[in-house]
Parts: sequence; C-alpha cells; structure tokens
Amino acid sequence: MSIELKNVSKQFGEVAAVNKVNFSVKEGELMALLGPSGGGKTTVLRMIAGLELPTDGDIFIRGERVNDIPVQKRNIGFVFQNYALFKNMTIFKNIAFGLKIKKWKRPAIEERVTELLKLLGLAGMEKRYPHQLSGGQRQRVAIARALAPKPSVLLLDEPFGAVDAKIRQELREWLVHLHHDLNVTTLFVTHDQEEAMEVSDRIVIFSKGNLEQIGSPRDVYEQPVNEFVARFIGVMNVLELEVRDGFGRLNELKFPVPENFAGEGLRIGFRPYAVQVSSDLARFEYRAKLSRTYFLGIMLRLELELASGLTVRSRMTKEEYAQLDLWDGREVSFQIRQYRILSRENAALTPELQTPYELPPSIAENI
Amino acid sequence: MANKKYNPLPGFGLTMGYTILYLSVLVLIPIAGLFLKTFQLTWSEFWHLITNARALAAYKLTFGASLIAAFINAVFGTLLAWILVRYQFFGKRFIDALVDFPFALPTAVAGLTLSSLFAANGWLGRYLVPLGFIGTNTPLAVVIALTFVGLPFVVRTLQPVLQNLEQEIEEAAATLGASRLRTFVQILAPTLFPTVLTGFALAFARAVGEYGSITFVSGNLPFKTEIVPSLIVYQLEEHNYAGATAIAAVLLVISCGILAFINWLEVWTSRFNN
Amino acid sequence: MPGNGKFNLRRSASRRGVEESPFVKWTLIAIGLAFALVFLLLPLVSVFTEAFAKGFGYFFSALTTPDSLSAIRLTLLIAAISVPLNVVFGLAASWAIAKFEFRGKSVLITLIDLPFAVSPVVAGLVFVLLFGLQGYFGAWLDEHDIRIIFAVPGMVLATTFVTFPFVARELIPVMQATGSEQEQAALTLGASGWQTFWYVTLPSVKWGLLYGVILCNARAMGEFGAVYVVSAHIMGQTETMSLRVQSLYENPRGETAAFAVASLLAFLALLTLALKTFVEWQTQRNYDLAQQPVPELKSDTHA
Repeated sequence: MSIELKNVSKQFGEVAAVNKVNFSVKEGELMALLGPSGGGKTTVLRMIAGLELPTDGDIFIRGERVNDIPVQKRNIGFVFQNYALFKNMTIFKNIAFGLKIKKWKRPAIEERVTELLKLLGLAGMEKRYPHQLSGGQRQRVAIARALAPKPSVLLLDEPFGAVDAKIRQELREWLVHLHHDLNVTTLFVTHDQEEAMEVSDRIVIFSKGNLEQIGSPRDVYEQPVNEFVARFIGVMNVLELEVRDGFGRLNELKFPVPENFAGEGLRIGFRPYAVQVSSDLARFEYRAKLSRTYFLGIMLRLELELASGLTVRSRMTKEEYAQLDLWDGREVSFQIRQYRILSRENAALTPELQTPYELPPSIAENI
Repeated sequence: MANKKYNPLPGFGLTMGYTILYLSVLVLIPIAGLFLKTFQLTWSEFWHLITNARALAAYKLTFGASLIAAFINAVFGTLLAWILVRYQFFGKRFIDALVDFPFALPTAVAGLTLSSLFAANGWLGRYLVPLGFIGTNTPLAVVIALTFVGLPFVVRTLQPVLQNLEQEIEEAAATLGASRLRTFVQILAPTLFPTVLTGFALAFARAVGEYGSITFVSGNLPFKTEIVPSLIVYQLEEHNYAGATAIAAVLLVISCGILAFINWLEVWTSRFNN
Repeated sequence: MPGNGKFNLRRSASRRGVEESPFVKWTLIAIGLAFALVFLLLPLVSVFTEAFAKGFGYFFSALTTPDSLSAIRLTLLIAAISVPLNVVFGLAASWAIAKFEFRGKSVLITLIDLPFAVSPVVAGLVFVLLFGLQGYFGAWLDEHDIRIIFAVPGMVLATTFVTFPFVARELIPVMQATGSEQEQAALTLGASGWQTFWYVTLPSVKWGLLYGVILCNARAMGEFGAVYVVSAHIMGQTETMSLRVQSLYENPRGETAAFAVASLLAFLALLTLALKTFVEWQTQRNYDLAQQPVPELKSDTHA
C-alpha cells in the first residue's frame, strides 16, 4: 500500500471538516478525490502532505506512520491550484529547488532538470521567468518542480482549476500519459466529476467530511451506494412519489413498489438512458411532448414534457434521433426501463428495479 | 486626434482645467519663482553659496542622518510589519494603530517630547546619557528624531504586500524540503525587497526635508547639528535671500530626484509582481 | 476554507513546518514591541505626563492665556480654509485622473506628489520669494497695502501647499478601483454630469474622502516648518499652535506650558488615529458584508 488513512478526522473549531475517513491507495495508482466544495477532499490531501495535522487517526505512507513527520521530510510532491511558482526564480531554478535542498551535485541537477523539461514539453524555457509563461505552461512547471526530487507520492490540488476549458482537456489527457510513463502514485482533488471519471483508476467521493464511496469510475456510476453519489455522478431524474394501491404515483407516472414496502411516500431516481422514446404514440405507455432538445456533441438530451407539466430527461444518439424523426414540439411516447429507490439519503441503495415492461433492443444502452 | 478614445463621461474640461490652474498657482509658479531667482545669480556666486563649509557640513548631516534613520526604519519597520501581519499578541491592534502616530503628530510636538525624553533627566536620558548616548543637541539626536518621523513609511508600505502574499508559495517550499529560514532568505526576502526599498526611499525623502522636530532636539549648532533646512531658515532670518534660495534649490532638486526614483521603483515593482 | 491563497491567521494553529518555531516568533515580537515602545509609546505618554506635571489647574490656565487662545483660533482658521480648498482640488483632480485617459497623466500624478518630497521650509520659502517684500509681487502688493507674507494669507497659502496631496492621493486609487461603470450607468439613465457626481460618485468614495480629509486636517493643524518661514512669529497675531509650542519652549520657564499646548495637538493626533481606525473598520465591514453569500431560494425537486 502506498498510502493508508485509518480513521482520520479533522476539526476546525466546531466544524468537522473530515470525519473518520478510511481508505488506501495502491502503489502506482491514479486516484481522484471528488466531491462538492467544502466536502473535505482538499483537507484530506493536505493532511497526507503534512500541511495540516489530523485531529484524530493515522496516516501511513509506504507503511510508515507519518503523523509526526513534518512536511519537509515526507518526500511528497505537491502541486497547488494556483501553481505557487517562485516568481523571483527562473524556471530552471524553480525545478531545481528541491534538488538543491537535497544537496544534489550540480551535474546531476542539470541532468534531472533537463530530463523533466523535455518530458513536460518545456524544453528551451529554462531561463524564462514564471510571468513569461502561459497558464498551462506554468502548471507543467509546477508539476516538474514537484516531480524533480523523485517523491514517493504526487499530490495535486485542483490542478486544472485555474486553466481555460480547452487547455484543461489537453492537460487531463497529458496527465494520464505522464502517469503511465512515470508510474508514481498520484492523488488529485477535483470537484469536476467528468474529470474524475475520465482520468482516474479509482475515485473517492466525499461529502460534508464523510467518505461516501470509493470505486472505479464504472462502479460509482452504475452502482452508487447512496442517494448522494447517485445524484452527484451523472445526471439523474428524481421524483417524489405518493404510494397508493401498491404503486408509487406522480401525476401520470406509475411505478411498482417492492412487496413489503410500508410508507406513504417514495423518492425514486432513474438515469436518462433508461428513458426510452418512440415516435409511435401507441408503442409505449406514457405520452409527452418533446419540448426541448440539447445538443451535447454525439449525444442529445431530450426534455419530455407531460400533460401535467412534469418534465423527464432522456438521452439518445444523433442517429437514433434522426431515425425516430423527432423534432421540438412533436408528440412522443416513452417508457422508463429501470429505476432506483432513493428514499433515505446516505442509506445503502436497493439495487435498481426493472419495470415489468417489454424491453426492445436499445441502441443507447449503458450511456 | 483621430484615434482619441471617446469617453461619455462629462466634466473633463472643467476638472482638468481647475486642476491645472490650482497646481500652477500653488506649485508650478512658486517653484519656478525659486529657480528664476537662482538664475539671477552668476554661476560662481551660486557655487560658493552652496559649497561653503557650513553648507557642506549641513549636507553631510542631513543626508547622513537621513540615510541612517531610513535604514533603521527599513530593518525595524520590516520586523514590525511582519509581526503585525503574521502573529497574534496582546496589544497588537493598539500598536498597529499607533504606527501612524508619527504621521499624525505635529513635528513640533514630536521634537518637544523627544528632546525631553532624551535629556539628562528624561525618562530615557537618565539611563542613556551615563552610557554615552547623548540624545540632545547631537547628531545622534537628529538620527533619533528622523527615525521617529519616518517610522510609518516602511511598515505601511510593507503591510499590504505581506498581507497579500500567497501562503501557498511558502507551503510549496516546505513540500520541497525547505526550512523556514531558507524559505525566508531565498523566496520571501527577494520578493519583499523592492517594497522595502520603496519604503526606505519614502522614509529617506521625509527625513531629508524634516525641520520642525529637529529644531527642538538638535540645538541647530552650525557645523555640528545644523541640518540643511535649518541653514535655510538662518539665511532667511539674516535676509540673505540669495543664500537661502541657492541652498533651497539644491534641496528641491535632490528631493525631486528621490521622488522620481520612488515613482520609477513603484512602476518596476508592479511589473515585476505581475 | 483552506487554500484560498490569502494569509489566514485562523488556520495557523494547526500548521507545522510552514511556521517559525515559537522561540523565533516570540523573540521577533519582543524586539518589535521594544522598538515600538521606545519610539511610539514613550513619546505619546510623555507628552501628556509633562503637560500635567504642574497640575490640572496650571494646564488649563496655560491653554487659556490670550496668546494661546489666539493661537488655537488661528490654527482652526487656517485649517478651515485650506482643507475645503484641498477637498475641491482633490475631487477635481481625482475625477480627471481616474475617469479619463490622457497623455501626461503620470507627470500630473508626480506633480501632485511633490509636496511630499519638498521640505516644508522650502515650501514656505517659495512663497516668501513670490510675495515677500523682495519678491516678484512684493512691490505691487506693498503699493496696494496687501500683506501676504508675515500675515495670515501667507500662512494659509503655505499650509494649503503642504497639505494638498492628501485628499487627492486618497481619492485617486479609490476612484480607479471603482471604475467608471456606475457613472456610465447613471448617464444611460439620463443623469447630468453634476447629478452623476453627486449621487453616484461621491457616495462611492465617501470613506476614502473622509480618510483624506482627516489626514489633511491633521497635517494642516500641525504644520510647522512652512508656516514658520512665512509668519512673523508675532505672538497673539501670527502664531499657530505649533509655533506657540516653540515660543513657549524657548522661554526659560515655559516648558510645562509648551507641553500643555503640545498635548492638545497630541490629543488631536490621537483623535485622528481613532477616526482613521474607525474609517478602516467601516470599509472592511462593508467589504465583508458584500462578500457574504446570499441565502439560496429553495427550488423544487424536478425530474
């Protein structure tokens, strides 16, 4: 295990920023710490680095308990959101900083810095100063500086937050390649779930200081363990149903409830891909008007407005859209193939319930 | 001009006109008058007036004492700014407000109180005079008074810069293994240096022109504790207008030079920080 | 929360490795406090102690001699003239500089900074050269029996010169920071120049203006060198409070009386500091209030 957290908590005065968090990171893994602002993910990262001290619990790096080891001695690399480059030093000196402290010899420093400059696409910029570089270049210098002393762990705090969207995309792909080449255990914090899904081997999801779920991108998307995760990852249609005669109802919609369900209200959720649409009004159970279509690249998001005013979101490819000959304002029929009961927040979810309807083949499965 | 940028706001003519008028009447014409008067002298007359022994002694004292005072303020002012921004301690708010005291206090009062503090029977003088630190009617007295009047400049110039320092830079240095001392010497100090230098120049400019407090503490002894402004006043009282004007012209030119330097420094610093 | 860049004192208790050891910290505080004690606190305390050295009665009588009273009156008069003059100038200059682009702006700003660099003695001297008997206008003034130098008008002029940057220097950055958008918005709504200035610009700079006025006033009342040169030092006629302090001090037994008048000026200085702190606190409070998030409106759960 490269990093282990056991029962780690952090109090800031009255507020519990991190609450009894347990997880471990495998050697060479690329892991994302994901969650909304204030969820505790940055605090966890900083505690691993030694920039904060945990109020409770233990942190291990490569098997060694590091709670009492100051940040200078932990041999970690840290990349800040706003780069934190040393403005009064050249790029070369910035990257060489950690090496000088470790008392490397001059030729070794030059070799290492040159190697990193080449690896990060910054060759030829040694003599420049931070203010002469673009945002993306500065971030790469920050990464080079953190990597130079060969840390056992690389920690990144919202590394692509301060950069333009287009560059962010490029940097994300580049980080994945870099990680593949260097194979350093890497942990990064982000509030962008698409970023976490795209880049990491595993994701840890935080909310209000609690660890909600840890798993691969596919796991957290397809098997969310509670309502928070289900709603945070991806898009979800959420409905509050009234239970009557064994069915949960909301306006025109009707969902069967499990056998022993006691209670009058029910909250359910279903993904847009579970909503199947047809231009044949007799095909499926419910009727709606296609009120708006959002163009998202390959996929389209459809807003279906029922007679009662209720809106349901669906999703399909361009091809399917064209095949069904849809346009804004057209009357369609639809059905909901799978749904999940979300009754209580933070409680384990029941597995998705299939509705007892005919399941024609769908082109847009699992998207 | 064809490519003059259009500005919909009114009032430029009025405000600019008034500003120029006010400045001319109050500043430009009087100062021009000073230089015109000096041009009435021949070059050799002028040279003698500004380089006689008494004048030279005055320059030495004024600039020497001002440099020392500004340097003391640079060192201790940086220290004060640091502890006020970074630490919490009892009485901090009070001291923070008090830093502006020399700025708000009339110079005559400053001179009065400093001279009484350092007199032989004063609160500080009773300990210092036996040790050989005579704080009245000596060049040391001049340095002390100039330190007092220049105190706020370094502190106030440095405080906002310290406040706005990204704390992540220091954290980054720590993650790379740097000790506190190394972080300060290699990273913080170079970043803060231009600002400290600006504060130093401001304190220096202030000290060079100071008059009120010095008349109280120095005794204005010619060749010993007479500063340049005091010399000018003496010349005036003796109706030696030519002498007063000549020396005033020198002082003015040097002051303007320092002002120009400070402005340049501020432009350079802001460019460096971006 | 963590990592927002600006230095946050509240978090320092939990950080290690990024902070000095307590020994270093407290040593620095001790040295700083010692310096502040000698150069700030002691002078402050000693003024008041010396003023009351001969008792409250003596203090009071020293302040109410006819000469002292006329010194107080003159000081107030000079301030009452120069401060408003400088406020008008400050508003005009900062409007021209902050809201418009023109060539030579930096020269103008440097000119405004000039009195800061000029010795007050030189400031007084230039007016003596202009309006004194030997001065350029001296003969003309003498003919018309107008006395500027060695009379109150000269002292007003000299004080105005020395203090005019204060208001302008406070207003310029404030006006530059707020930008011109609010004024432009007012214009689109039909406001005239004066209305815009009065209803939009002035309120937005009110704290900076107040601050500049406080400093300008403190300096005007305390000015010494410049008025010394232009006044005839006639007791009871052309003496301000600062000059009075000096003339009392030169008198062999006038020391305590000198301190009495000085303490009045020192009190004014403390009042200035208190007002300044208040203004800063207000500005900070307004800023903090503006940063607080507005409570979210509840939105319905939607599908």
